[in-house]
Amino acid sequence: MKTKLATLALGALMAAGPALADLVIPDLSYRTGPYAAGGIPFSDGYNDYFTLLNERDGGIGGVPVRVIECETGYNTEKGVECYESTKGEGALVYQPLSTGITYQLIPKVTADGIPLHTMGYGRTSAANGKVFSNVFNYPANYWNGASGAINYLLGENGDDLSGKKIALVYHNSAYGKEPIRTLETLAEKHGYDLTLLPVDHPGQEQKSQWLQIRREKPDYVIMWGWGVMNQVAVQEAANIRFPMENFIGVWWSGAEFDVEPAGDKATGYKALTFTGLGDDYPVYDDLRQYVADAGKAAGAGDQLGAVQYNRGLYAAMLASEAIKTAQEMHGVADIDASMMRDGMEALEMTNAKMDSLGMAGFGPEFSVSCENHGGPGLVGVVQWDASTGTWNKLQDFMPTDAEVIGALIAEDSAAYAAENNISQRCE
Amino acid sequence: MFYREAGDFKVSYRDDSQTFPIKFDRYRYYVVLAVAFGIIPFIINDYWANALLLPFLIYAIAAIGLNILVGYCGQVSLGTGGFMAVGAYACYKLMTAFPDVSMFIHVLLAGGITAIVGVLFGLPSLRIKGFYLAVATLAAQFFLVWLFNRVPWFYNYSASGQINAPERDVFGIIITGPNAPAWATYLFCLIFLTLCAILARNLTRGTTGRTWMAIRDMDIAAEIIGVNPLKAKLTAFAVSSFFVGIAGALFFAVYLGAVEVGEVFGIQKSFLVLFMVIIGGLGSIFGSFAGAAFLVLLPVVLKVVGVDVLGWPTDIVAHLQLVIVGALIVMFLILEPHGLAQLWRVAKEKLRLWPFPH
Repeated sequence: MKTKLATLALGALMAAGPALADLVIPDLSYRTGPYAAGGIPFSDGYNDYFTLLNERDGGIGGVPVRVIECETGYNTEKGVECYESTKGEGALVYQPLSTGITYQLIPKVTADGIPLHTMGYGRTSAANGKVFSNVFNYPANYWNGASGAINYLLGENGDDLSGKKIALVYHNSAYGKEPIRTLETLAEKHGYDLTLLPVDHPGQEQKSQWLQIRREKPDYVIMWGWGVMNQVAVQEAANIRFPMENFIGVWWSGAEFDVEPAGDKATGYKALTFTGLGDDYPVYDDLRQYVADAGKAAGAGDQLGAVQYNRGLYAAMLASEAIKTAQEMHGVADIDASMMRDGMEALEMTNAKMDSLGMAGFGPEFSVSCENHGGPGLVGVVQWDASTGTWNKLQDFMPTDAEVIGALIAEDSAAYAAENNISQRCE
Repeated sequence: MFYREAGDFKVSYRDDSQTFPIKFDRYRYYVVLAVAFGIIPFIINDYWANALLLPFLIYAIAAIGLNILVGYCGQVSLGTGGFMAVGAYACYKLMTAFPDVSMFIHVLLAGGITAIVGVLFGLPSLRIKGFYLAVATLAAQFFLVWLFNRVPWFYNYSASGQINAPERDVFGIIITGPNAPAWATYLFCLIFLTLCAILARNLTRGTTGRTWMAIRDMDIAAEIIGVNPLKAKLTAFAVSSFFVGIAGALFFAVYLGAVEVGEVFGIQKSFLVLFMVIIGGLGSIFGSFAGAAFLVLLPVVLKVVGVDVLGWPTDIVAHLQLVIVGALIVMFLILEPHGLAQLWRVAKEKLRLWPFPH
């Protein structure tokens, strides 16, 4: 009980902060733990883009951006603590990069009126803006990913997957379980067999799963992995001599650090993507000039051009564009969270806009609306080449099975709305 | 000077055997209760509730539960996370099946269901002890987590395998869900903690507690003097699991709101609660509070000092946090193997003599 008093005193100290005009962006990052390999580059990219805007343009619309970093360790309890400690600072948008934390935050942000952007992760049915007012998951979600992988395989097999065996190796959590429903529905539609192989947190132990793959010899393996699980899976696939070109990972399983430990044997491994890869974009010149060479890069500053760094960059770019949209809509430079939400709902990404940002072709063109918080769901495919250490594009951003996904989204979001007594918006 | 028995005369057995026989202790206890019930609810905000007080209160309940089993009855258990999961899932199934029933009853029933499961997994304790029992309870931990992941009925066939707490109330005041006010969730957990602590305190100093301690100190001797080991061990498992189940239900429904069993109720949760009990002090109710406070508050305090005050990078602070908490645990175990409760006891002994020590 004495400690309680001590912490009370400490909290009083914390509560007294400066109140200058700034745009507060919390960064719930994880630079420690088994998922740090993905968390570090994403957070670096996220931070560096805002640093670039501050250094080059003096913020967004003349108001500087203040990024508050909070370490979650991919742990939901710490995520909640981070959310509670940062929301009072005037946080504009949360991007936790964790499906588990997303599920915690969906009801909380809705009650607090703060938008939540889960780019390519989180709860897929949040794409239905009629039910999820404060949650956005543009430009692509997991069900787009699952359908994109199947579409790609259909293309490889002349539009016929009947009788093929497909195994899904997934992280046994809300994240990994997301694509199952889509893959099952698509299995009925296209007639392939689906085998589910869960891998428990953190994913270092996968011997039995790969033994099963060796025994059952599926034609294709699709993976929903994250962190250390990816490296182990690619290594195990190499060990059982599974043909790498038949092994496809979701976008969170397709970074350099996932394939590099397996060396040359990883060549041919494929991954989905919804962003551009590599550093062949004009924005990188500015990033080097204003951020990296000026010694202001986040973290060690060695992640520029990495796959997940680009995703962090893209997430920050979408956030800053939404801020600009919100500033124009409301005519206020120092916007608050509810204006930010309006800005995200009215966000329009055009090629001309991305061109002017030095990120031409970095992501697809799309616009967000009140009904559709999920974007177009375009999915590309890339392939790893260990000899050059690069991801080569196999397929451009292609549309996915909107019919199947739309029905699933409507069903799941209706269940959520019924569970929580939410009446539909946008009418 | 202030803290002494001298002059504090007792004229009845009832007075003599009360929990806090020293007047100063007793008033301190009333003050703590008054602050906790009368002042904190009025000044609490979301951050204080969700980041510090709720986890502290809930972990304290879990630690009291485990302390009964490990500290009082001497049965080592590594299944706390699994039993908390039973409480959470029982509460979820009850909440969704009977939406109109008060949360209070749901949480109590969840504790009751966990008690039954705990007794089932406690049965092997009649044959095996020590490390072997620890392994058996470890099996319970893994089995229960696997079960809740594997059988879709437990999570109402949701696509993600997660359970989400819907909005429920007690006498019209919302307790669960995002719209629950901070003071209500805090008071709800505080009431449970207070009831659990009073119950545990009185159980442990009565017949039941004495039989538990007899079993802990030497089971053969206890059997010879007439303690029924079956009854003693199973009641310890039942009471302990009841508390742990309540903690699990509150952890899910009130604190987190959404739970993924493998992550939230994994083996690390079992260890965390066990550490709380060991650092706080085995066989002490106060120790359960102290251990929970130590392990919940210290990381947050270190984070606040490191990141917000000193402005260090978050990853360095996160690593330092592990190093410091780890070092403190080792230090405590070396300097004071009986935990924080023993430090408190020594401090009280010193206070009695102050300012004229021998």
